[in-house]
Amino acid sequence: MPSQGSTCEAPHDPRPLVLSLKGITKRFGPLTANDHIDLDVRAGEIVALLGENGAGKTTLMSILFGHYIADEGSVSIADADGKLAPLPGGSAQAALAAGIGMVHQHFALAENLTGFENIVLGTQSLWSLRPRGRGARDKIARLMAESGLAVDLDVPVARLSVGEQQRIEILKALYRDVRVLILDEPTAVLTPQEADSLAATVRTLAGKGLAVIFISHKLHEVLALCGRVVVLRGGTKVADRPTAGADRATLAELMVGRAIPARERPPSTPGAPVLSLRRVSVGALSQRDRLEGADLDVRAGEIVGIAGVSGNGQGALAALVAGLAAPRAGEAMIDGVRLAGADPAGRVAAHVGRIPEDRHRDGTIGSLSVAENFVLETISAPENQRAGLIRRAAIRARAMEAIQAYDVRCPGPDAAIRALSGGNMQKVVLARVLEREPKLVLAHQPTRGLDIGATTDVHRRLIAARGRGAAVLLISEDLDELFALSDRIAVVHAGHLSPALDAAGLDVRTVGLMMAGHGAGEAA
Amino acid sequence: MWEALDILTQANFWAATIRIATPLIFGVLGALLCERAGVLNLGIEGIFVAGAMSGWLAVYLGLPLWGGVVVAALVGSLFGLVHGVLTVPLGLSQHVTGIGVTLLATSMAYFGYRVAFPNVATPPRIEPFAPLDVPLIGDLPFIGPILAQQTGFTVLAFACVGVLAFVLARTPLGLALRAVGDNPEAVEAQGLSVVALRIGAVMAGSALMALGGAFLTLSAFNAFYFGMINGRGWVCIALTVFASWRPGKALLGALLFGALDAYQLRIQTIAGGVVPSQIFLMLPYIFSIAALVLVARRADYPRALMKPYFKGQR
Repeated sequence: MPSQGSTCEAPHDPRPLVLSLKGITKRFGPLTANDHIDLDVRAGEIVALLGENGAGKTTLMSILFGHYIADEGSVSIADADGKLAPLPGGSAQAALAAGIGMVHQHFALAENLTGFENIVLGTQSLWSLRPRGRGARDKIARLMAESGLAVDLDVPVARLSVGEQQRIEILKALYRDVRVLILDEPTAVLTPQEADSLAATVRTLAGKGLAVIFISHKLHEVLALCGRVVVLRGGTKVADRPTAGADRATLAELMVGRAIPARERPPSTPGAPVLSLRRVSVGALSQRDRLEGADLDVRAGEIVGIAGVSGNGQGALAALVAGLAAPRAGEAMIDGVRLAGADPAGRVAAHVGRIPEDRHRDGTIGSLSVAENFVLETISAPENQRAGLIRRAAIRARAMEAIQAYDVRCPGPDAAIRALSGGNMQKVVLARVLEREPKLVLAHQPTRGLDIGATTDVHRRLIAARGRGAAVLLISEDLDELFALSDRIAVVHAGHLSPALDAAGLDVRTVGLMMAGHGAGEAA
Repeated sequence: MWEALDILTQANFWAATIRIATPLIFGVLGALLCERAGVLNLGIEGIFVAGAMSGWLAVYLGLPLWGGVVVAALVGSLFGLVHGVLTVPLGLSQHVTGIGVTLLATSMAYFGYRVAFPNVATPPRIEPFAPLDVPLIGDLPFIGPILAQQTGFTVLAFACVGVLAFVLARTPLGLALRAVGDNPEAVEAQGLSVVALRIGAVMAGSALMALGGAFLTLSAFNAFYFGMINGRGWVCIALTVFASWRPGKALLGALLFGALDAYQLRIQTIAGGVVPSQIFLMLPYIFSIAALVLVARRADYPRALMKPYFKGQR
């Protein structure tokens, strides 16, 4: 393993500067998204960019990549001779030509084209009559050999796995001879093994002199991979230091601006099963997202985590529990009642609290107010309506209480919920679900896209629900989250659900192998 | 019974099939080009009318026939520019804008015609494209007479199928067009302009649609009538789905529709006394609906179709 621990901060670093941002400031109305940010990156360096949502990372990278124009400050990038030259703002073409490449969190790939076609897209005149051929293939083959990125170039991207699509994205940047590569949350969608392989690739590329800016929420990855870490908070740079000597707690504190209380998970004695599945199959939602003969018990007072790469059956499991899908075979029981058809209202009546995966699409109705979203599931209950008329005053009053209790930052109960940040929107969903003291909580990716502060809050609430005696089914792609919260963990792969094993006896690597389709015994 | 099958052996029937299919070939190619780039162009019906009227008028005023074809294409691309500007950079609803363009183009064509010819009892005529008189081919058995009845305009339609198929599949431009209809962010991230690609595709597609209209006044008939487009544009929108956005299948779909239409005209004369003629008139349209029901449910729509793209928004 190459050593990157020797990386030190300038001025003693002998490596040439490839990118220099000076005094970058960007305002959106009254909000200052970037406030005089300086950032230097040297050849061969892996720099982590850390910050909560809204800290200004995305804005800074968008300026670098030409999507926004900075109000003040300048971007300079080394030219072919290594001399720094100013980069004109607001032009993606100029950024690409100068050697800045970015791999977005949501891939910028045309899925109907092959990997090869995506890589060469836009690299030659549109009026040319011949597409790129032999020469381009040879170059890509060389890049693949150098970087260790192997992937089939000749099938439509839609048929590649997420990890393979990411390799295409990186090859796309390398094909354009980038000198600075920006990776935005690159491991969020990968299994641990894929993430390891990505880290190895990044080290190899840095070893060849590529400068890498690595944006991630996962502090342990940052510590393992990056030589230097830059922390943004509220639009300003609050730290720029070597990772040597830093630990997760200090980095988290720098990001959030206050100490993060350690998660406390008091022991709990599980009771009787609330959710019980016996050889349950659920039909396919999409190609692979189905469940075949699943066995699972989630008992009162425990959190059972479901690990797996998205689309392997956890969507079908969530749909079954949420009442959106019917079991096709087998016996599914909630609180002793057998589930027959798809029956969302029945699940609400059976005290199932549902935190859906996509809070914008399934969790809230954007144009309705916070108060209305708060009572969406119980609008026909007597406390919310009388003789078919909505009891506005009562609903507002209870929404006010929930806003207080759950610390929802919003203008008031009458504000349209779409105006809220993701974290605050999720707090409204949590309030709706947990205020009813559900017997079973379905938490499907409950912290996706949330920053550390909001994530900690969601975790605290789920642990509190468990302490109250609720059975919690936690479906997540974030293994850190699963291990932090779960009493037992099951892995779903290609529609098959493994037995739920005691979380204390599992480690991340074993679960990662199971996510990739290897059995528990094989992995151990 | 034998008479009904006998129709299929007549050269006349096959010649009519190709003639009826030609405007549809242009229309489907135009619609699929727009949609491949991510823009639904419901202006097609009006652009057909505008192409029919402007191409014909240009020839009536003294331009050569191919000059009329060029004029129609230019007029079509202008309406495409209107549709493109409203839907691409401004991101307006493609449905509403398209219907608006259809109303605008139809009304402008009718208005222009009425202003030019305020008091005519019978529509003025031009000398339309003559059938191709290619030696040797006309002497071929069976297909000779079929081909000999076609005009150069029809040859252009078939050529367009090949050209568009080649451009989409084999050139960097086609790559960019297919990409912009699937994921505009991918195109932007590679330094290409989503707006330029989409507006260009809509203009070129609209020019093809206008050629479909011009074929009717310059080749199939020799005059411009109100209501002569008669829903052909809408049929093309349906055939685009049937064709799965592929030029080759577009040709097939247009020929199928043309064959049904030519067939129903002929079967009417045989079975006309027994079955009401309206039943036969419905046949091609029932085919369109049936094809849509069967194909559209599994259709692989361009992913970004009808989704406006704004730079910097993710």
